[in-house]
Amino acid sequence: MQKYSIFNLVKNAFSNHENWDLAWKDPTPKEEYDVVIIGGGGHGLATAYYLAKEHNITNVAIIEKGWIGGGNVGRNTTIIRSNYMHDENGLFSEFGMDLWRKMSQDLNYNVMFSPRGIINLAHSDAQMNAYARRGNSMRLNGIDAVLLNREQVKEIIPMADFSENVRFPIFGGLMQPSAGTARHDAVAWGYARQADSMGVDIIQNCEVIGFDVAAGKIKGIRTSRGNIKAKKVGICVAGSTNILAEKLNMTLPIETHLLQACVSEPVKPVLDNVVTFGAGHFYVSQSDKGEMVMGGDLDGYNSYAQRGNLPTLQHVLTEGIAMMPFLSKLKMLRTWGGIMDMSMDGSPIIDKTHIDGLYLNCGWCYGGFKATPASGWTFAHTIAQDRVHELNAGYSLNRFNTGHLIDEKGLGTKTWIS
Amino acid sequence: MLYINCPHCGMRSQNEFSYGGDASVKRPELNKEVSDQEWDNFVYNRKSLRGKHLELWQHISGCRQWIKVERDTATHEIFRTFKSDEEVA
Repeated sequence: MQKYSIFNLVKNAFSNHENWDLAWKDPTPKEEYDVVIIGGGGHGLATAYYLAKEHNITNVAIIEKGWIGGGNVGRNTTIIRSNYMHDENGLFSEFGMDLWRKMSQDLNYNVMFSPRGIINLAHSDAQMNAYARRGNSMRLNGIDAVLLNREQVKEIIPMADFSENVRFPIFGGLMQPSAGTARHDAVAWGYARQADSMGVDIIQNCEVIGFDVAAGKIKGIRTSRGNIKAKKVGICVAGSTNILAEKLNMTLPIETHLLQACVSEPVKPVLDNVVTFGAGHFYVSQSDKGEMVMGGDLDGYNSYAQRGNLPTLQHVLTEGIAMMPFLSKLKMLRTWGGIMDMSMDGSPIIDKTHIDGLYLNCGWCYGGFKATPASGWTFAHTIAQDRVHELNAGYSLNRFNTGHLIDEKGLGTKTWIS
Repeated sequence: MLYINCPHCGMRSQNEFSYGGDASVKRPELNKEVSDQEWDNFVYNRKSLRGKHLELWQHISGCRQWIKVERDTATHEIFRTFKSDEEVA
């Protein structure tokens, strides 16, 4: 594989950049693979990469219905954080933070990881107490957390509304300084290019239409481009999880919901951090191009439509304007929607299934992007070793049966409620 | 904007409604032994398929009644609405 470097950039300039290698090939599916990963999104590509890199398993195919990076990894708000209270989520995400810090070097691809810090605003004394508790839990797990008072928040984000006669005055906030953002599509391209170079077949425009299961063991998959035998199959399809589960006669603790995001016209640098509103569901950061990147609530009803509906957008942006009134002066440039695999406790599932050789990675709700490296790493371990790693042991499928839920937000089973 | 035909009030915008989830889920019968699996299916497991979906909505800023709505989860088209105690064929 050609290394991306300043020297190669200069060298290729002499041939008008016409002689670069393809970043990944377009192979025809082989008859059989050791591992087939269904879903060519961030998590699927990362899984294939770590299978090859950490476990030396390279006879691997990624099967993607559309094109790689065309789903949620290419349509999210790029926030990376590990500000969780529960041990399972905190330790898993913080392991991911380490992978994020090394990712550009590791993949030889600039993912533009920008640890600019995230601030969760508090709007009452009770919320400050809750944030102090969460911050302490984070620090016990080795995650950086700083509790900011009103004046400290004002120094960092003076453009927010600090007046006292508003419905939700700013009391302070909880900051994770090491959190940040990254260029989402580069994550997909970086993992794809490295996986391909280690022998993984990336097969696009190939829809899975069924599974071959015999005597409780996976034998292969049926696709729109023919049958493919596989010793092991990993499902990594986010919002489409229930569609594949139905083909396996499985009913999962997952509902598919719609989440929207939007960006404003680009403006000069005004916001250095990621900021979230604490009295509702709204978050904002500023992209390198200057656009304000914003998002918030789910549309709130089961949906497979990758496009949104205006009432929710209006509701979300009302919160945004309450928090930072200057946003009302900006023009909206673009809005989009993606479909989320909402689990019943808000936490993901990375586990084996009742079918031997079939593995499941789903339930990312609206926090899948930041989990990309840790999810790929632990899913690859689970598939390669046929047992879960301690990092994803809590993300079991049967926790809904045993009662070991990881209900980070305390929302109960209706995680889509806004 | 979705427009939902409330069987009690007529056609209203989605802003007046709140969502209540899959309407085909049935609570296990009382007065009999309920297995863990049955509770799981009632509390957690959902089909959540692409296509026609029967779901509960509450007309929260109107008559406050719970209703059933038959809606397509891919196109958002609403086919039929029912009162909450109406049987859906």
